[in-house]
Amino acid sequence: MSITIEKNKLEHKTGFRTEEMVLNMGPQHPSTHGVLRLELELEGEIITNAIPHIGYLHRCFEKHAEAMNYSQVIPYTDRMDYLASMYNEFGYAIAVEKLLGIQVPERVEYIRVIMGELQRIASHLVALGTYAVDIGAFTPFLFCFRDREKILSLFEQTCGARLLYNYIWVGGLSHDLHPDFVNQTNEFIKYFRPKIKELNDLLTKNKIFIDRTANVGVLPLDVAINYGISGPNLRGSGFKWDIRKNDSYSVYNKFDFDIPVGEGLMGKVGDCWDRYYVRILEMEESLKIIEQAVNNLPEGDVASAIPKRIKPPVGQVYSRVENPRGELGYFIISDGSINPFRVKVKGPSFVHLGVLNEILKGHMIADVIAILGSIDIVLGEVDR
Amino acid sequence: MKTTEEIFTILKNNFGDAMLELVTSQPVEHFIKVNPIEINKVCLFLRENEELLFDSLMNLSGVDDANGKKSADTDGTQIISGGTLSVFYHLESTKLHHKITLKVSTEREKPEVASVESTWRHADWHEREAYDLLGIIFLNHPDLRRILMPYDWEAGYPLRKDYKNPEFYLGMKVPY
Repeated sequence: MSITIEKNKLEHKTGFRTEEMVLNMGPQHPSTHGVLRLELELEGEIITNAIPHIGYLHRCFEKHAEAMNYSQVIPYTDRMDYLASMYNEFGYAIAVEKLLGIQVPERVEYIRVIMGELQRIASHLVALGTYAVDIGAFTPFLFCFRDREKILSLFEQTCGARLLYNYIWVGGLSHDLHPDFVNQTNEFIKYFRPKIKELNDLLTKNKIFIDRTANVGVLPLDVAINYGISGPNLRGSGFKWDIRKNDSYSVYNKFDFDIPVGEGLMGKVGDCWDRYYVRILEMEESLKIIEQAVNNLPEGDVASAIPKRIKPPVGQVYSRVENPRGELGYFIISDGSINPFRVKVKGPSFVHLGVLNEILKGHMIADVIAILGSIDIVLGEVDR
Repeated sequence: MKTTEEIFTILKNNFGDAMLELVTSQPVEHFIKVNPIEINKVCLFLRENEELLFDSLMNLSGVDDANGKKSADTDGTQIISGGTLSVFYHLESTKLHHKITLKVSTEREKPEVASVESTWRHADWHEREAYDLLGIIFLNHPDLRRILMPYDWEAGYPLRKDYKNPEFYLGMKVPY
């Protein structure tokens, strides 16, 4: 709810002089999910202006990428959005494959989709769990991390790493699936479906949670598009837009799934609760995709299309995928050598943080945490 | 849905030949080259025209073309003089589902490009990033400050190809 106070009236009534206060939130604040500093200009408890200061984790990934060859860049992409590493590799591999003009075997595409969707669930679980902690509910956080652990074990058994995988390579994968993977994934799907309901009972329909999030931080659709918002945040504002469907890549067009959008069930369309609930619904859709993919897995060699030497022709490509947070775009220019000439990453978190000031204006200071948590940023990607 | 060629024809009819050029020599992506000072006018037209409706800026990236005269510095690093810096705009229409790439090139010695921030607010931070890392000046940008690097960074623009790692930061020696 936005509130505006007429300053002069207040001064007249109380006899006290009022003045604007500047409050620093961060860089080390638990609810900023990393190192982000917000400079909040306050009129009493009302925010009049919020200036984000970023760059605390800046290591200039783009400069590093220019000094390495195409396959050496992949571990660096892992470290941008460290909660969705699989998807970062996925997007990068697709971009370079477009430059090279190669097709990858169908089995590789299927495994990439499975990994990507598992990663989406894992990432959403962190987003939802930490959001609950920010709002003040500790239990859902533990539930979410318990379930995420199961996905991380699947990843660990597949490629040996739990967070930063280096699994999806240009043209293929580093390892094939282990023999028990299909079984274990099916078991996970069976296990996880009821857990979404559990989370709904525990948090989604909780009165206190709804009071804190419904009608708070409303992001109107036209503002969202103008600011380049994508992913669950855009869908939370009621726009049916998903790159997996609207600009389909890999083998997503073979699967049957819906795009959930915010409907304003608890308040206005585009409020924090809507953004939160879209993520819950998306996990269900991801399960659908994984179920279809894992049970129709084609046979094949996952390393057959990996090029011995990656040397794309002179050219440029902008390629984008639907990361758990939104549109992750890679703009790569090749000058014909083995190193990329320029790699620019359009990270969804970076873009979403830009709209923060627009949403925060007029809100109470306690809502900052509810709003910042609902747009779900990862600072590793904001700063790159 | 329109192709780059069709969009180019519409633009040419409205703006004339002087500030536009269609480049199709690249294998993956074709793009339209635009005069850097006129870019915002072209973008505003692309957004408002009924047939085009480019309501979304997908990405904005600055690039150092490194096409100037190259010479070696005393310490062996490269110096580039002359040549151009470029900015790429990737636009999309969420209503009509077409995409287009625009490119502007500006002189390295005086890199000035009109800001498209007033057309898409999304460009705000991306332009700040291009300024921060490449030193491209966006004219009429309301808040052109450094964004990722420290505000007091004096060693230049890191993504330029002739960037030198500074030995000192604020008088402190930086070990590598």
